[in-house]
Amino acid sequence: MANLQTNFAGIKSPNPFWLASAPPTNSGYQIMKAFDAGWGGAVWKTLGVPVVNVSSRYGSLNYRDTRMMGFNNIELITDRPLKDNLREIEEVKKRFPNHAVIASLMVETKEEWHAIMRDVTNAGADGVELNFGCPHGMCERGMGSAVGQEPKILKMIVEWVKEVATIPVIVKLTPNISDITRLAVAAVEGGGDAISLINTIQSIIGVDIDNFVPYPIVDGKSTNGGYCGPAVKPIAMNMLKNCAQHPQVKIPISGIGGVENWRDAVEFILLGASSVQVCTAVMHYGFGIIREMILGLEQYMDEKGFKTLDDFRGKALPNIVHWEDLNMKYKVVADINEDKCIGCQLCYTACEDGAHQAIGLSDDLLNRKPHIIEENCVGCNLCSVVCPVEDCITMQRKDDGKENITWKERTLAGDIPETFNDELAGGLHHWVPEPVDALSKKIPLHYKVK
Amino acid sequence: MSEYKTPQTEEEFEKNFSQIKPLMSQTEAYYESSRCLFCYDAPCVNACPTGIDIPLFIRQINAKNEMGAAKTIYDSNYFGYACGKVCPTEVLCEGACVYNHSDVMPIAIGRLQSFATGKAISNDKKFYTLANSNGKKVAIIGAGPAGISCACELRLHGFEVDVFEAKEKPSGLTVHGVAPYKITNDEALNEMEYLQKQFGYKVHYNKTITTKEDIALLEKNYDTIFIAIGLGKTSDLKIKGEELENVFGAVEFVEQLRMNHHKITVPKKVVVLGGGNTAMDAASECARMGAEVILAYRRSKEEMPAYNFEYELAKTVGVAGMFNFTPVEILGNGKVSGIKLKSADGTEHTLNCDWVVKGTGQTKQLDLLNLIGELKTDEKGKIIVNEIFQTTNKKYFAAGDAVSGGQEVVNAVANGKKAAIAIVDLLK
Repeated sequence: MANLQTNFAGIKSPNPFWLASAPPTNSGYQIMKAFDAGWGGAVWKTLGVPVVNVSSRYGSLNYRDTRMMGFNNIELITDRPLKDNLREIEEVKKRFPNHAVIASLMVETKEEWHAIMRDVTNAGADGVELNFGCPHGMCERGMGSAVGQEPKILKMIVEWVKEVATIPVIVKLTPNISDITRLAVAAVEGGGDAISLINTIQSIIGVDIDNFVPYPIVDGKSTNGGYCGPAVKPIAMNMLKNCAQHPQVKIPISGIGGVENWRDAVEFILLGASSVQVCTAVMHYGFGIIREMILGLEQYMDEKGFKTLDDFRGKALPNIVHWEDLNMKYKVVADINEDKCIGCQLCYTACEDGAHQAIGLSDDLLNRKPHIIEENCVGCNLCSVVCPVEDCITMQRKDDGKENITWKERTLAGDIPETFNDELAGGLHHWVPEPVDALSKKIPLHYKVK
Repeated sequence: MSEYKTPQTEEEFEKNFSQIKPLMSQTEAYYESSRCLFCYDAPCVNACPTGIDIPLFIRQINAKNEMGAAKTIYDSNYFGYACGKVCPTEVLCEGACVYNHSDVMPIAIGRLQSFATGKAISNDKKFYTLANSNGKKVAIIGAGPAGISCACELRLHGFEVDVFEAKEKPSGLTVHGVAPYKITNDEALNEMEYLQKQFGYKVHYNKTITTKEDIALLEKNYDTIFIAIGLGKTSDLKIKGEELENVFGAVEFVEQLRMNHHKITVPKKVVVLGGGNTAMDAASECARMGAEVILAYRRSKEEMPAYNFEYELAKTVGVAGMFNFTPVEILGNGKVSGIKLKSADGTEHTLNCDWVVKGTGQTKQLDLLNLIGELKTDEKGKIIVNEIFQTTNKKYFAAGDAVSGGQEVVNAVANGKKAAIAIVDLLK
């Protein structure tokens, strides 16, 4: 039976699912409700000098019938007095001693950092998370991502905190930087016990095209916000991977960014996360999503024979190599399952217009099922990802698996194109139609702009 | 016992005849449009007689450009709203949807179409700028789908158009002959008003063309005449008792129902004869009016020309089917009291009933057609036209049921427009 017990840099929780520091962790009420529902931990809404917020605060990126595929906010840190938050932290810890309560912090001066560290430690917090990521509102005041984007300042503040810390210190990193590992290394150098990433991405979520103002609208004006939700997951995972693979970053990582089901959590753990933090999905569906996450994770671990999270943490990392180390002899081509094909021809038009003209249509108008022109297929996957039918287009391996030559090896052997018209150009002998053939191509009546 | 209580008020009528393709809400349209795959060479387009760019208008709805969607529809089909509601989409666009091949519900194309065009109608959105008058005049006989479609297209190209309509309302079968649960009178007439406002053709209501003089006048005053007169009254069965009171033609019954709703009285027991879509409509409607209905068809169920979904619909409202029964005699003393049917094995059966409704085909309006010189019809009385819908008398074009013998509204709309395009080419 899978054991989800988590020990994150000394912070223990019954499972790796934590609520991220955000509106769902604004109060003891919400956090108790979440723990009661099954969440393992919660990072309290960032504490500091209370703010005053504006209305409205959130914007959503909807994709077709999917709401909140992406989400942004211009809400700031807590607007509640510190003493109220401390009292509630104490109350939650008393009621849920085995759950992780982490206080997110954001203050300015060394004295303030020392004071608030003492306060949250006395209140019983299991750890702290330094909010160096907030990309809106706070950074203009010299906090949040303003300090988080400067590795030297980040390191200095971590050092201040560590001077007085008796509980683990997590440093939350901002993605609004070209190389996040510089921040991770600075956090390590400052003595941080762990890092968490990513905070939100600076964004404009959308524009009201009738009133010429972006969302969310505050009396006819808007401002950049922090972007999160399922759409940021690929960005978060890449940054997680970069940190997890970095030789100087040996401290635990809490993964954040678009996690909403067990599968997302498994992906993050396979990329090196020791816990995952969730916000947008809870803001969308409520705390109840935890039951699907826990059941799914347990089932996955049982099926794979993983007893603890350590058994598969980082298991995908060795399989992420540099492009130049990929096997150039590996060759797949697409295969269309005719029995499953429904004849939408999306693969045809995607390949014809967006890739390598490697899919053909039948001359028989009654046969709508496209076919692969194998000699043109470069094995790019596009057709298989646009196909709306489950498992209809699959990629079939064509090489014999015996050869393995990487770009690095070819470079060393001098077997790479080096001049503009080099005979070694990869596409040199690949068939492409003549440009003017485009104008005589048989297309449906409605294909063009009228 | 009938499943439906006889409606006494308009509200009760509307309840019994609630729309089978109700208008979509904004939310429903948004979610439904999201499902469209945007197929390449989309089969739904190819299945539409008017060739509407369906993937485009659905994508426009999804991108919250409902007016753009409505224009896409009207560019191909002037009866965009009505067709969305009355088309047999199950066998046309929606029947062709690739989702059918993966056991996923096909896109509700008809309802999306009515959603978008309905927005344009209620906003009175003007899409078209008419060409300057070219001085040419066309007379159109019949303000049904073929006639109005032709009128719109001709006006777009600067023709002066007069439509002569025998009835007091436009849109032909859309308001007079389609089952009320497919489209309401208001819906059909609102679209007609919207089109007339935009295209500015004149319609002369209650104006029948019945004499040689009428024809001569048209020929004198107009460069071309377009015949879109549809079909005539229900054909006679030529059996005994057909003259009795309470024997009705199906089209005549449907028209009465469309015009008078709950004010017409349908008796307890009705026998509907026939296996076509009009018979199905009449049977369904009698059942929804509270009658017990038996549908008797002279051949097998499989041989019925009606769409399968229409028979299924009739069954769901309580219509019972009897197959391989041929009517022999309508019984009664002054009024209908029953009908004698002969089964395939030759045995005779008598059913007691209060009404007999004949859904057994319509006549052609040969009285009118015979007034026109050199205009030829085929052996079934259908007007003979060439590929550009020109009749054997070169001054006349024709389309719609008078040419096809009875098709869908959408076919009449498509061909009325094609005829107009031919007239434009010929007279410009």
